Amino acid sequence: MARIIVVTSGKGGVGKTTTSAAIAMGLAKKGHKTAVIDFDVGLRNLDLILGCERRVVYDFVNVINEEATLNQALIKDKRCSQLYILPASQTRDKDALTQEGVGKVLDELAKTFKYIVCDSPAGIERGANLAMYFADDAFVVTNPEVSSVRDSDRMLGILSSKSRRAEQGDEPIKEYLLLSRYDPKRVKLGAMLSVEDVQDILSLHLLGVIPESQSVLSASNAGEPVILDSDSDAGQAYSDVVDRYLGEDKPHRFIDEDKKGLFKRLFGS
Amino acid sequence: MPTNAQSTTEDSPAFEFKSGVITIPVLNLFSTDINVITHQLREKIKQAPEFFTNSSTLLDLSAIQEKELNLTLLVDAINNSSMRVVGVRGGSSLQHQTAKELMIPVMATQNVSTAKPTEQPKVTHSAPVEPKNLPAAPSTIINQPVRSGQRIYAKGDLIITAQVSPGAEIMAEGNIHVYGSLRGRALAGVLGDEQASIFCSDLQAELVSIAGNYRISEDLDDSNRNVPVQIYLNNQALIIKNI
Repeated sequence: MARIIVVTSGKGGVGKTTTSAAIAMGLAKKGHKTAVIDFDVGLRNLDLILGCERRVVYDFVNVINEEATLNQALIKDKRCSQLYILPASQTRDKDALTQEGVGKVLDELAKTFKYIVCDSPAGIERGANLAMYFADDAFVVTNPEVSSVRDSDRMLGILSSKSRRAEQGDEPIKEYLLLSRYDPKRVKLGAMLSVEDVQDILSLHLLGVIPESQSVLSASNAGEPVILDSDSDAGQAYSDVVDRYLGEDKPHRFIDEDKKGLFKRLFGS
Repeated sequence: MPTNAQSTTEDSPAFEFKSGVITIPVLNLFSTDINVITHQLREKIKQAPEFFTNSSTLLDLSAIQEKELNLTLLVDAINNSSMRVVGVRGGSSLQHQTAKELMIPVMATQNVSTAKPTEQPKVTHSAPVEPKNLPAAPSTIINQPVRSGQRIYAKGDLIITAQVSPGAEIMAEGNIHVYGSLRGRALAGVLGDEQASIFCSDLQAELVSIAGNYRISEDLDDSNRNVPVQIYLNNQALIIKNI
């Protein structure tokens, strides 16, 4: 049985696409056949983050409108043979997505893929609603600041009331919290919400904390999912997230400021 | 001249005047644009049709008494939205004149419940019929967090065993119990039950209200914050007691 994962947040700019790319790559690297779909029709980004923007021929909307087959539109990743990308259309808007069409595409993907990662657009409108509607699991990406936390809370409400699972009275979507752009130093100064603060408001299972990191920006610009950069803290954090999602018990890292020795402080890390 | 056959004797009166207290929604108007009011009112009613349909309402014109207002059209529009205008308070003498022509009583500004006895029957007459079934309404139990943007309406008591997030709204015709942090809005006794209470194990609410008597977060006493409390009405005054 395929599992459909939605990566969502409500708020924009918190790291949904970075996360989608990272965990899709992480799952594929573990040997699971994984597809990742960009639901942000009109604001296509996922192809850039995954470095396949020059290979896009057909897109998600073409498949929904039956102008192309799924196999024609899926782009196979060059680094990992288990990862496929279904890019969004850049020339259309969210109205091009229909519940029926999305359902059909997901059904077809479910026949051959183990995991289907849906990269949700920001907001709580059509694109975001359709991205989460068919989900089995939800990764709620949140930054440690109040507006992001509130938007995530709103999104959680929608997940529990407007998804297919909710409408059909099935077991509810499994919700996981992913705290991104976390900076222990600023938490210590009281300039950022702590993991405990966010947990207190959202009361959600914490899947991982992704530290604020330069490596994310450079990875995005290079079109390499940050999870492939195993030297970076963000890359390691995403690897942990994938492991935890797959059931491994790993202690949380990057929550506390690491104490740098004199040498590290002098020569940097 | 013969008197009425079924004449009443002097010691069995045919009626009596009594002073009664009844809570009805007051519509505080901030705009004179009837289209805008009607539109927003429809939206409001859509959110809780059980609460608003056939409910009587009192128009408070205090905020717009300087402005020009077509009261006739407004009252028509509100009546068409399935609510019934039973009185007007505040407003200019011109507005009062129009109200009288429309056979709508004009009430004193300070307190609705001390309206003149002659006006009382009208209010009672058109009050919602629903309260009659109040005791029969079962409790609603919610076992998961009420998230920002969610609204829950319960006909009887409402019991929540999880937290209520900021931006969420919980309403009950009876009592409200929250066994978790209450950070959203909680409105108990929404049909006017002044005996209703709100209980919560951690008060951080944006707004609490019993039978229309409300208090916003800013006016909460610090000693009541982040602790378990009971909130109830005592002579129209909202009391928040630590428990």
